[in-house]
This record gives sequence, structure tokens and C-alpha cells, in this order.
Amino acid sequence: MNLGELYRRDYGRILASVIRVARDISLAEDAVQDAFAAAQAQWPVHGFPANPVAWLYTAARNKAIDQIRRRTLAEEKHRQMITLAAPEEHAPIPEDTLRLIFTCCHPALAVEAQVALTLRTVCGLTTEEIARAFLLPVPTLAQRIVRAKAKIKLAGIPYEVPDEDALDERLPSVLAVIYLVFNEGYSASAGPTLVRAHLCEESIRLCRELATLLPREREAHALLALLLLTDARRHTRTDADGSLVRLEDQDRSQWNRPQIAEGAAIVETVLREGPAGPYALQAAIAALHAQAPTFAQTDWSQIAALYTQLARRQPSAVIELNRAVAIAMVEGPARGLELMEQIDLPGYHLLPAARADLLRQLGRREEAAAAYRAALRLVQSEPERRFLERRLQEVSH
Amino acid sequence: MQYAMLVYHHEADFHSLPAEEQNRLRNACADWYSQLEATGRASGAMRLQPTVTATTLREHNGKLVLSDGPFAETKEILAGLVVLECQDLDEAIAQARRFPSLPAGFSLELRPIIPDGVRRSDQP
Repeated sequence: MNLGELYRRDYGRILASVIRVARDISLAEDAVQDAFAAAQAQWPVHGFPANPVAWLYTAARNKAIDQIRRRTLAEEKHRQMITLAAPEEHAPIPEDTLRLIFTCCHPALAVEAQVALTLRTVCGLTTEEIARAFLLPVPTLAQRIVRAKAKIKLAGIPYEVPDEDALDERLPSVLAVIYLVFNEGYSASAGPTLVRAHLCEESIRLCRELATLLPREREAHALLALLLLTDARRHTRTDADGSLVRLEDQDRSQWNRPQIAEGAAIVETVLREGPAGPYALQAAIAALHAQAPTFAQTDWSQIAALYTQLARRQPSAVIELNRAVAIAMVEGPARGLELMEQIDLPGYHLLPAARADLLRQLGRREEAAAAYRAALRLVQSEPERRFLERRLQEVSH
Repeated sequence: MQYAMLVYHHEADFHSLPAEEQNRLRNACADWYSQLEATGRASGAMRLQPTVTATTLREHNGKLVLSDGPFAETKEILAGLVVLECQDLDEAIAQARRFPSLPAGFSLELRPIIPDGVRRSDQP
């Protein structure tokens, strides 16, 4: 393993433990960066240490403590010194990674700030990488992170894993951040490319870590399954020129089978252990899609039933739309259209796009064309726009 | 840490509640506060008169300008404040969420208090 791989894999957990000692995110970040820089200078000369992570952690912690001592002396304050008397351990501890995740995803921070801070600290992405992934100017993103860190410090957001009672309340916002990062990578809401793979990989890595640290939280495992199953189809979602390929046209032989097997096994375990939460239901749906031999042979009635359960738990127009699409596959496009009439989703291009598709199947070409045009007025992602334009041409003559 | 828990409500809505209900909420809030105070988790609270009693001071071109009424005409107005004594934000949230008037449409804003923020300081 080289230093770059070590950075990718261990930056977050080293940082997490240094933050606990330093009680200051920015100071800890600088210390960890310094430790990696020292390693880069020393290891090629003196050889890799036996335990590189422990080496880096110890170096970073010592640098952080030095820094605080210097600061403390300068300010002639003694209060901070007390915290440094804490017993010294020699490797980052897993609990700290959880602390960092829950701090970054604290509901007192804006969701965008939660996302940026999590990617920056837990995942170790640079500000530039995060800005690029979210198509934001670097200064905007940098300021978002600075503000979030300031709020954590000044508002007294604790560096703690919520206790058992509060965990149920706090975990959903962590899972939401992970899912948001994944979705931003998987179906980029705007811009030239449909998939930003980097974000998908980061979110899966983060979710895997979280699920490992919280073995009893079934929804964390269910989200991991959902991400694995969805991501397994990622490479077939766009063609060579970057256009969207719909599920029914995707080359299923190219789907990532080991990943599907892993995801499906997790879903089965989660469903066996108790009632299904929202992520478990979505993962079960993704498993049915991923395991179906063809589009036509998909178990649509089971999928429709799962969407019905999901809509009951989490009333949402988007879920209703997916449910209507599944029911249309079982009971025909006319029934699907009927259900879609009752869905109110202003500004969301997929509703007119789905209607257009059903109208096209029914041979109602003029109405289909009108619906495609309505979808085109709302769509923001370039590959999806190209797909809709192609469809519009097909029904227009 | 100390947190100012700023209590906001919609004045007209609150005063349109039946008198018994207003009283019940006031007493419930008083009990909530007494409990916190007894356990050292609050160190001061005040309830403010309605905004019709407010006087606002500004200085304009070196002259004091007084105006009748609150600083800003908003729907939700500051009704009072409580000083919470808590370890961290999570503990402050845990105390604030039990504020009895929260279900009656009140909003609470938690703001950390700057320690010795009103004392003279030699630091830049």
C-alpha cells in the first residue's frame, strides 16, 4: 500500500481521533495534513513503519497537541491544557469515526453544510473535489465548510455519538446525507454528465463504514444494500456518447453481479430480522430489478406492492409516481395513466416523461408529444434532455 | 455553556386563545422553568410585555430617534427569554423541546451566549 492509498482509506478515521483530542476540527485537519507530509518526506528514506496508521495518528496527535500548547501559552490560558491530560492511545479508535459522522450530520447544520463537511472530513475529499462534484464555485463550497465548522465550535455541537434514545432520531439525517451524496453522483441533478462516479464510491464506502460501526442499525445496512444494488447498474445507464439508457434497454450482462449478490444478501438478512423500514423497502425493490433476467420478466406486482408499503410509511408524490409505473407494467398503461392523473408533482420532469411513455404505448401520439414537450421544459440534466428529444421525434412523425 | 433560549410567538394568535388555555400554558412554562432552575440548568428568564408597549431607539444624524413599537414589524415576536446552562447544544435542545408552549405554535431560537461578552476586554 502506498501513501496515497493510505490517505484515501485512513484519512477520515485518523482525523476523527485527532479531533477528539484537539477539540477543534480545523486544527486537527492541519495536524493530519502535516503528518502525511512528514510521512511523505520520511518514509521513502527510512522505510515504511510497521504500523503506518498508528505512526500517522501519533504524529498528527503530537502536532495537534504542540499547536494547542503553543496557542495556550500565547493566550496564557490554562483551561485547554486540562483536556490534553487524557490517556493517550496509539491508534485511531472506530468510535471516533462515528463521533465525526454524527457531528458533521448534526441537524442543527444545514443539509448542504452536512454534506460538504462529511465529504471534506470523513471522506477526506478536497474542497476543490467537492466543489467540482456539486458544480459549485470553490469559494462557495469553502465558505460553506468554514461556516459549518464555526457553528460546530460556537454553538457547542458535541463531539459525541448520540445515546441509544437519541440515535433513532439522529440516524436518519446521517443516512439522508449518505443517500444524497450517492444520488448526486448517480443521477447528477444538472450538468453535462449523468453519473459522477466518485460520489457513488464515496457514499458506498461511508455507508459500509457506518453499517460496520452500527451493526444493530438495520436501516444503515438496508441503505448499504440499496446503494450497492443501484450502483451495480451504473455503467449501463449511459451509452458511449453519454446519453441516458433506460432500464428496459440496459445490457444486463454488464451489471456488476458480485455487487448485486452482496446487496441482495444484505436485504435478505435485514428483512428476516424484523419489519422493513423505508430503506429496506427501497433496497428490496432494487434487488427485484437487479435480479430480474429481463425487463419483462421483472416481478412488477411485487414491486408495486413494495411501493404501496413505502408510500404508506413515507407519503411522497415521487413514490406514488414509481408505484404508478410499476402498476402500469402489471395492469397496463391505461391504469398507469389513471393513477398519474392524481399525482401532483409540479416542476418534476419525470411525471410528464412517464405519462408521455404510457401515452406513446397507447398510440396516443399527439398527447404523448405534448407530454414530452412538458418534460423537456423541466428537465435539467443534459443526457436526459437528449433522451426526451429523441423520444419526441419518434412520436412526432 | 450558556444558551439564550429566545421564545417567539404569534402575538395575535396567542391572545386569541381562551384565557384558561393561556393561563395553563403560562403555568406549565413556569413549572418547566422552576424545574430547570432547581437542577442548575437555567439561570434566568423573563417574559416580555406585548409589542404595543415597545419603544425603539435609533440614532439618526447624531440625534436620538425614538419610535413607538418594536424594532421590526413581524408576525412572530420575541415574547421572552430563558438562560439555559448546558453542556452542549444537544443538551440545550433536549431541555428546550420540553417547553410546554412549543406545541401551541411557539418557536424557540437557541443562541450561545458569549462568556463575559458584556465585560471590557483587552483582547483585540
